Amino acid sequence: MTESRMDTRPDESDVTQPTLGPVGMMRWAWRQLTSMRTALFLLLLLAIGAVPGSIWPQRNIDAGRVADYLASHRSTGPWLDRLGFFDVYSSSWFAAIYLLLFVSLVGCVVPRSKIHWRAMRAQPPRAPSRLERLPEHGEIEVDGAPEDVLRVAQEVLKGRHGLGRFSRVRSDGLSLSAESGYLRETGNLVFHAALIVVIVAVAVGHLFGWRGDRILVTGKSFSNTISAYDTFDPGPWVDTEGLSPFTVAVDRLDVTFEERAGGAQRGAPRDFTAYTRTQTSPLAPQVNQILKVNGPLKFGGASVFLLGNGYAPVITVRDAKGQVLLREATPFLPQDANYKSVGAVKVSAASPKQLGFFGFFLPSEYLDMDSGPSSFFPDLKNPALALGVYEGELYPQGRPQSVYTLSTEKMTQLKNSQGEALRLLLKPGQTAQLPDGRGSITFDSVQRWAGLSIRYDPGKVLALSGAVAALLGLIASLMIRRRRVFVRVRPVGRRTVVSIGGLAKGEDPGLGATIEDLLSAITERTGTKV
Amino acid sequence: MTNETLSQYANLGVYSAMAVLTIAMIAFAIDLAGTAPKMSSDRPRKAAGVAMMLTRLGGLLLVAAAALRGLSVHRPPLGNMFEFALVGCMFVIVVFVAISLRRDLRWLGLFVIGPVLLTLGLAITVFYTDASELLPSLKSVWLVIHVTVATFSVALFTIAFSVTILHLVQTWLEAQEPEGMSRLRTTVTTALPPARSLDRTAYGLHVVAFPLWTFTLIAGAIWAEQAWGHYWNWDPKEVWTFVIWVVYAAYLHARATTGWTPRAANYLALAGYGCILVNYMVVNVYFVGQHSYSGM
Ligand code: HEM
Repeated sequence: MTESRMDTRPDESDVTQPTLGPVGMMRWAWRQLTSMRTALFLLLLLAIGAVPGSIWPQRNIDAGRVADYLASHRSTGPWLDRLGFFDVYSSSWFAAIYLLLFVSLVGCVVPRSKIHWRAMRAQPPRAPSRLERLPEHGEIEVDGAPEDVLRVAQEVLKGRHGLGRFSRVRSDGLSLSAESGYLRETGNLVFHAALIVVIVAVAVGHLFGWRGDRILVTGKSFSNTISAYDTFDPGPWVDTEGLSPFTVAVDRLDVTFEERAGGAQRGAPRDFTAYTRTQTSPLAPQVNQILKVNGPLKFGGASVFLLGNGYAPVITVRDAKGQVLLREATPFLPQDANYKSVGAVKVSAASPKQLGFFGFFLPSEYLDMDSGPSSFFPDLKNPALALGVYEGELYPQGRPQSVYTLSTEKMTQLKNSQGEALRLLLKPGQTAQLPDGRGSITFDSVQRWAGLSIRYDPGKVLALSGAVAALLGLIASLMIRRRRVFVRVRPVGRRTVVSIGGLAKGEDPGLGATIEDLLSAITERTGTKV
Repeated sequence: MTNETLSQYANLGVYSAMAVLTIAMIAFAIDLAGTAPKMSSDRPRKAAGVAMMLTRLGGLLLVAAAALRGLSVHRPPLGNMFEFALVGCMFVIVVFVAISLRRDLRWLGLFVIGPVLLTLGLAITVFYTDASELLPSLKSVWLVIHVTVATFSVALFTIAFSVTILHLVQTWLEAQEPEGMSRLRTTVTTALPPARSLDRTAYGLHVVAFPLWTFTLIAGAIWAEQAWGHYWNWDPKEVWTFVIWVVYAAYLHARATTGWTPRAANYLALAGYGCILVNYMVVNVYFVGQHSYSGM
């Protein structure tokens, strides 16, 4: 319709004609990849590809559930695993989709920016000869000479108090072209470019970021070195020797659970607060800080989050002579909403055979007919330890093992006098004697532990900036109207006929009204009586 | 600490809103059934007038119910599925009433109140949760910001969904021969605006809802960063929020891509809404995600 383009969309018409030769083929492939149709296809593929990760358990979130799934689906499980269904977001096919989209995005933003840059500095195109053919059109007759009327039209289009938004106007005596809404395209390009920034930021976080988890019993402290963590998960380019040397001590942990409401809400967690002492380095002064679920501690780029809590019963094991073999607050891991927790106590100093205790800590103990000792509430209403006892070799072949379970391959369970498996049920302060002079075990008291997660993500500020820029660009791209308005004047006796045509990009229900406003503003300013 | 009496009043508000909206819906249906002959004769549409008034009343009742629910728990009523549904329905009606102050939306009433009643019915029976305090992870200003905007944009997507369906129906009816059409079809096609105008309305609603959803996504990431330490962890809820966003982005692309008709693009919008339903009904209830704080 008009010579210069109003949008910078890649031209879809020429992508389907392959040119001969390898260079031509390459160019054709590139055009395909950067076309809108491909972007659309890749977007849909990305959406579909993301879904399996919400259906099957994912290793990065809960490796235990993946193991359970594999154990119970022996035929399909391994196949799903091979296809990456348990690591969807780090699988090669998911990466392929977003990398293609990334390339397509770059290949689309760069040329479009060039076109837009030129369009912004170019003159709007000449008015087409037949304005009545444009989507919106209006015509009136006003008082005054054609040049004066055209000048008035220009003032109205450009002036702040008039319609104001037509930033570029081109006039050639008897006709005038004006264009508004360049910011729409600018916004759209900012949006797409900002998406690239977000993707880069995510990659930075992945390469240079790390996370570590640590279960810290109250009264203890830990310092930020790899060896202090229960698990540490660094990005491939992290300098693990250069972690910032802060320390955190948890003095007290306050935990509140729902006591009043009934039904499913009863026992739901209400508030977790950890009172901590921190140091940014070994020589820095100690600072008292409060750590809550939504309020992490910050040390430079690293943040300490309170992600979990549980109980650590303090247990003493003595030999037959009353010598203390072990005295420790042993963290137990909660298994359900009422904090029925599992844990193990490993007494490697016991002789002649090593001793291991394995079982449950129950903050509010009761005996369930089906599942044995259970807990009816997550807080300490009736704390108890229910343990079985094993003897033998704790660490066969020195293999690493979880501190919360006992590997019983090389151990045998102790029996009571009736020949049944020995089960101990201890309340705080109670001591149980082990059979045949193996010593005793005492449940001294209960402490809490805080589950701390320490994260460092150097890309997150960039990601947020990119996301905010994308949002602003998007709003501009969707809310601003890109319009072209053409005005032509023609003398009729001593009066002038003004003809106006309008053209918009995309849907623009307001265009007709704009042209009517323009016509009435011209009528008014030329002093024409209606 | 919760106030049982207030939450009882809130439920009463929901029940009365449902009663009022049911009558409004019936009145809208009567109006639509009788529009065809009236279109030409310029007679006032009495039933639609009554329906509009009742819809406003229903909206007020829902606002009151949401406010009472909030007061009963001393926090914004956005902590569980019942509350999302209630506030979402409130937004749908409020937005509908607000737009209808400027534009004639009498044709749309039936198709907005229908889904709202269905949702409220499910909310007060299946999703009902006793008034109670929040989980620690939910105590954050970002809850208010993120969930309010999410619910509001879902409300817009819902209205857009109804209009999109109507667009597809009208497109189909407009392609039929006028002579051979049954009375029902004639009634429907005269009662509704032309397909082009329906399409434009649906697009306009989507274009407002999409940036709000983008904001929801960003605010959710900020909140996740504060609560869990990572702004994005592909939790099922995050996955579906993302999927919804991508599908609607594809819809906007499809509209701008030559070779895609508005009708084809509109199927993508319907798919987007399908994902919203999955996110709300399936993900909240069946998928295991990061919402338990009992342990590590
Ligand atoms: C090869 C890659 C891409 C190309 C060629 C492309 C092209 C375009 C073009 C030309 C528009 C303008 C349409 C208009 O204003 O009417 C647009 C709009 C848009 N694009 Fe993209 N885009 C690409 C990738 C993406 C990606 C990865 C996303 C993110 C999910 C995205 C999201 C959007 C959105 C939301 C709009 C606004 C639609 C509108 O203005 O109506 N685009 N895209």
